[in-house]
Amino acid sequence: MWTLIKHRIFQLILVVWGVGTLTFVLMRSLPGDMAYRIAASRYGQDSVDSDAAELVRQELGLDASWWQSYLHWLVDLMQFNLGASLVSGLPVIETVQHQLGHSVLLAFTSVLLASLIAILVGVLSAFRQGTLDHSFLWLSTLLRSMPVFVIGLMLILVFAVAWPILPVAGFGTWQHLVLPTVALALSLAAVSNRVVRNNTLKVIRAPFYQFAAIKGLSPSQTFVQHGIRNISVPVIVFIGIQLVTVIEGIVMIESLFSWPGIGHGLAHAIFARDIPVIQGCALMMGVLFVLLNTCVDLLCHWIDPRGAQA
Amino acid sequence: MMAQLNINQKIGVGLLLGLLLVASGIVQWSPYHIADQDLSGRLLAPSAEHWLGTDHFGRDMLTRIASAIQLSFVLSFFCVLTSATLGVSLGVITAWKGGRLAQGMDVIVNILLALPGLVLVLLFAAIVPGSLLVLYLAITLTQWVEYFRVSRAITHTIINSPARQLSEMMGFGPWYQFRRHIWPELTHSILTLASFGGANAILTMASLGFVYVGIQPPLAELGLMSVELFPYYAQAPWILVQPLLAIATLVFGFHLLAGNKHDSAH
Repeated sequence: MWTLIKHRIFQLILVVWGVGTLTFVLMRSLPGDMAYRIAASRYGQDSVDSDAAELVRQELGLDASWWQSYLHWLVDLMQFNLGASLVSGLPVIETVQHQLGHSVLLAFTSVLLASLIAILVGVLSAFRQGTLDHSFLWLSTLLRSMPVFVIGLMLILVFAVAWPILPVAGFGTWQHLVLPTVALALSLAAVSNRVVRNNTLKVIRAPFYQFAAIKGLSPSQTFVQHGIRNISVPVIVFIGIQLVTVIEGIVMIESLFSWPGIGHGLAHAIFARDIPVIQGCALMMGVLFVLLNTCVDLLCHWIDPRGAQA
Repeated sequence: MMAQLNINQKIGVGLLLGLLLVASGIVQWSPYHIADQDLSGRLLAPSAEHWLGTDHFGRDMLTRIASAIQLSFVLSFFCVLTSATLGVSLGVITAWKGGRLAQGMDVIVNILLALPGLVLVLLFAAIVPGSLLVLYLAITLTQWVEYFRVSRAITHTIINSPARQLSEMMGFGPWYQFRRHIWPELTHSILTLASFGGANAILTMASLGFVYVGIQPPLAELGLMSVELFPYYAQAPWILVQPLLAIATLVFGFHLLAGNKHDSAH
């Protein structure tokens, strides 16, 4: 278990360094004079002159050589000092922390809802072979072909426009959480319900499971005593694999529903070419991803301490 | 090759080839251009002149959809080709040589795997917005890792197999060993990965277009079109449906082609 955590910490450091260096290099390799561009995004394209650019250059120390600024920047990074937004001037770390909370809320509720749907549908279609299984297969194939923003758009059209019972977008009450969560959860469950179904089939056809039924346990007892644990490990591992989809889905869904999270912040920062915020958001997403993966690892370890397959 | 595909995969191939041919034909022979505006004929319903209607600038939807589908195909083709070549060759070489190379690759792969692909692509798109080349490079960078991991794992088992070792002892060169022992084992996995890769490349491009950092107008791109046309859902719902349907069909085709290992393995 400790090797597992050590591996993850190592990965975390790699991610922070990798994302940081990548954004640093990209920032440096942008065409044109950086001070001029930053001044342009601050004061507007039309009211920039070389005096304003010079001020920005001195303020941000842009005339230092690249390795000096790289070292300087590395030291800042180690102190979690991500600088200030080029546009609003607020410290990035505060903005990002604020957004992270909203994103975690959305990610958590979606994964929870997705697991609920996937486990219900998957177990049901494993036990009831035939028409039900087939219709769920077609439904999941259809949903899987749609990118998450298409599902989101359709939900908006149905539940907010055609039949207005939920708000279109925004943040505030619990109603605002419903549509984004459902959209993301549907897109996740479309894949994972099949995994649940296949693993359930594998378990209920295994000799140990059939033996438990033969020795006289009722179907529900057999399932509770011998089914759940054996089904859950591969399913949780798969949810871990799906975390990439969760993070990517968050970017899309937050932009679509104007949810004030990291993904929305990232899309906005890219649009405004606000490099420190881009870097902060990308860093946070990398960190979030590694942390969630660690949780999945630990959960698997807890359910099945043999741990070899995790 | 076709003989080994199952019925679903054949349907997938047919669907994709059909889409590609129809789209290319339309782009070739359409009397309109994707940027031809006609502000007096905005949001027209499908008619004999405009088979799929017109958008908010009076541009012909059929031509734009066809051109967007063509663009998606071109991008996903190049992404799949490059990332598969890069990933498979690096994977085979790494499994074969091992040592320092393997350690170095481990570090790179660890960084790339720890970062969700879309975020990496977004980072690149942030620097050079609207560049097809950068989009292609970024998607390839995120996709080659899968090919690398799979081909490395498969090659690793074959390198240690008695058959391959016998080949080596009989004096056959590395190229022969690769073709005779390693390549046949890899093809099936590569086809599956490539199909999903194609679908993902299309999804990524559409996602970027959807958050306005992908391909820039007036080029037709499916994600950008869906977000541009969204405000007109009340006046012209049929034009909003078209790009969404196009994306879903493309992805569906690629998923069929990938074949569903999970579902066939009873």
